[in-house]
Amino acid sequence: MENEVVLSVSGLSVSFRMYTKGLERRELKVISNLNINVRKGEILAVAGSSGSGKSLLAHAILGILPKNAVVEGDIRYLGEPLTKKRVAKLRGGEIALVPQSVEYLDPLMKVGRQVSPDESAVEKVFARYKLDKSVGKLFPFQLSGGMMRRVLCATAVISGAKLIIADEPTPGMSKELADRAMKHFRDLANEGAAVILITHDIDLALGYTDRIAVFYAGTTVETALASDFDSEDKLRHPYTKALWRAIPKNGFRPTEGTQPYAGSLPDGCLFAPRCELKGEKCACGAIEPRNIRGGEVCCHYAA
Amino acid sequence: MSRKIKSISIYLVRVVTLLIAVSVICFALVSLSPIDPMLAYIQANPGVSEENIARMEEFWGVNDPPAERYLKWGSALLHGDFGVSKIFRRPVIEIIGTRFAATLALMLAAWIFSGVFGFAIGCLMGMFNGRPLDSVVKRICLIMCSVPTFWIGLVFLIVFSVWLGWFPFGMSVPVGVAPENVTILQRLRHLILPALTLSFLSFANVALHTREKLVEVLHSDYVLFAKARGESNLSVLRRHGLRNILIPAVTMQFSSFSELFGGSVIAENIFSYPGLGAAASAAGLQSDIPLLLGITLFSVVFVFAGNAIANALYVLIDPRTTEGGK
Repeated sequence: MENEVVLSVSGLSVSFRMYTKGLERRELKVISNLNINVRKGEILAVAGSSGSGKSLLAHAILGILPKNAVVEGDIRYLGEPLTKKRVAKLRGGEIALVPQSVEYLDPLMKVGRQVSPDESAVEKVFARYKLDKSVGKLFPFQLSGGMMRRVLCATAVISGAKLIIADEPTPGMSKELADRAMKHFRDLANEGAAVILITHDIDLALGYTDRIAVFYAGTTVETALASDFDSEDKLRHPYTKALWRAIPKNGFRPTEGTQPYAGSLPDGCLFAPRCELKGEKCACGAIEPRNIRGGEVCCHYAA
Repeated sequence: MSRKIKSISIYLVRVVTLLIAVSVICFALVSLSPIDPMLAYIQANPGVSEENIARMEEFWGVNDPPAERYLKWGSALLHGDFGVSKIFRRPVIEIIGTRFAATLALMLAAWIFSGVFGFAIGCLMGMFNGRPLDSVVKRICLIMCSVPTFWIGLVFLIVFSVWLGWFPFGMSVPVGVAPENVTILQRLRHLILPALTLSFLSFANVALHTREKLVEVLHSDYVLFAKARGESNLSVLRRHGLRNILIPAVTMQFSSFSELFGGSVIAENIFSYPGLGAAASAAGLQSDIPLLLGITLFSVVFVFAGNAIANALYVLIDPRTTEGGK
């Protein structure tokens, strides 16, 4: 039996209201028709290149987008819609964010107090991550990169979160440190948390995650099982295949063209201009996700 | 501990060298000025014979080489002898003492007012960044920044003293009341207008700088993370905002000691407030060289103290800034 779905996002779109010359208003769509779900005890990697809207997804779930953002679509937490009011109550508790860098800690506050005002609880969580309790008395600028990573993890663990959203937790880390960080998230998932891991390092994520949602220009083109990345044939979407081929050990072959920018997105399938399977159907309308071999794909021609 | 002693001794060396430098420059300027100290001294007693003038010049060493005169003056200063004021006919050190007490009350009132209200209004603007309240108050602050002190002092006098009659026209105590009979309340009433005038400039400065910093802090990643962890806007301001935005306000406040001193010269003249500022301008206008030099040296120490306090506070507020950059 599959575990219960902790978070499901369907048909999500995020756009920013902007004022151009004069008072002309336009909406810049940065996320469109996005679908993901994550279950208890599972790590879902959200992978995609820079600018594909990964961090915005995290901010949209947590309800901390700037005021000029317009969010549409359905976000459900444990089956119930995650309204603004509900998320305001849950964030920092059941739903936790693990940010990406030291910049996310107050530079003038000792880290112990930032993790939690409850000193004994902090000590317990620090012990879990092999941090001395004296670390709590340090300021963020006094921590090493590895310590910082563990402190940031501690902020999520201390609240007993059921849903953890980790936003690019590994860039700039050595292979060894990154592996250790991934292992921390794997442990949290094994203990029953649902983890969304936002990353652009697919290669690293493959070893620790259950499923991978592939992002392209603000939408999910495919959600594949981690094991599907064993060979190109198991993958479904042409972009995922292109991504697979671009991984160094799989040939390191790039695909022509670049990801379109928000504001100049093509109609229909966003990948169509670079796609080798492109057909007439691809040019019109959003493509609903289809289930193929245990994964989801948004492509008319995927098989 | 040894580090503290080291940094304190560094400050002592700095203030001593600064005093020597300023005293040399001031001495040179006075020597070059057209003021003849002899003439200035005997102005009040006409009819002194040529012979007596020559004897007094000999006695004072007016015609000695400048270096010798400077050393003589310097060693007198070291012994606490700042000379006798020509206008007040009292020792300079005594005048500075009594006058500074009055000025300190004035400056302190202005300083606290501009610090507390400037900071609070800056916070308010920062919280309402971009909204009508912010843009209106910001404009008011910008106007306040550009208004000269002497002008606003006159406006205050006209409006609050002449038209409304809420405050006295000037002085630090009511006219015709013996000093021992003056109440605290009367002193405060005399203090309010000059203090407001003096605080006008730095008030807006503190508010605008605090606003900028708060807007920056509120857009920072750590505030975003704090919100992601369920902190409310008010808690964000209290827990993360205040300490992070304190630095510019502290810098403004303590480096404004020099502006306070300069401003007090103007404010005290407008309100006939008998403080150090009024004494300084009187000394300048009436060629009272001992008093002028004494006040100059005193103001050097005063401004230096302000900057030194600011430096010490930085380390307390922001542990990343330590002496020596370690």
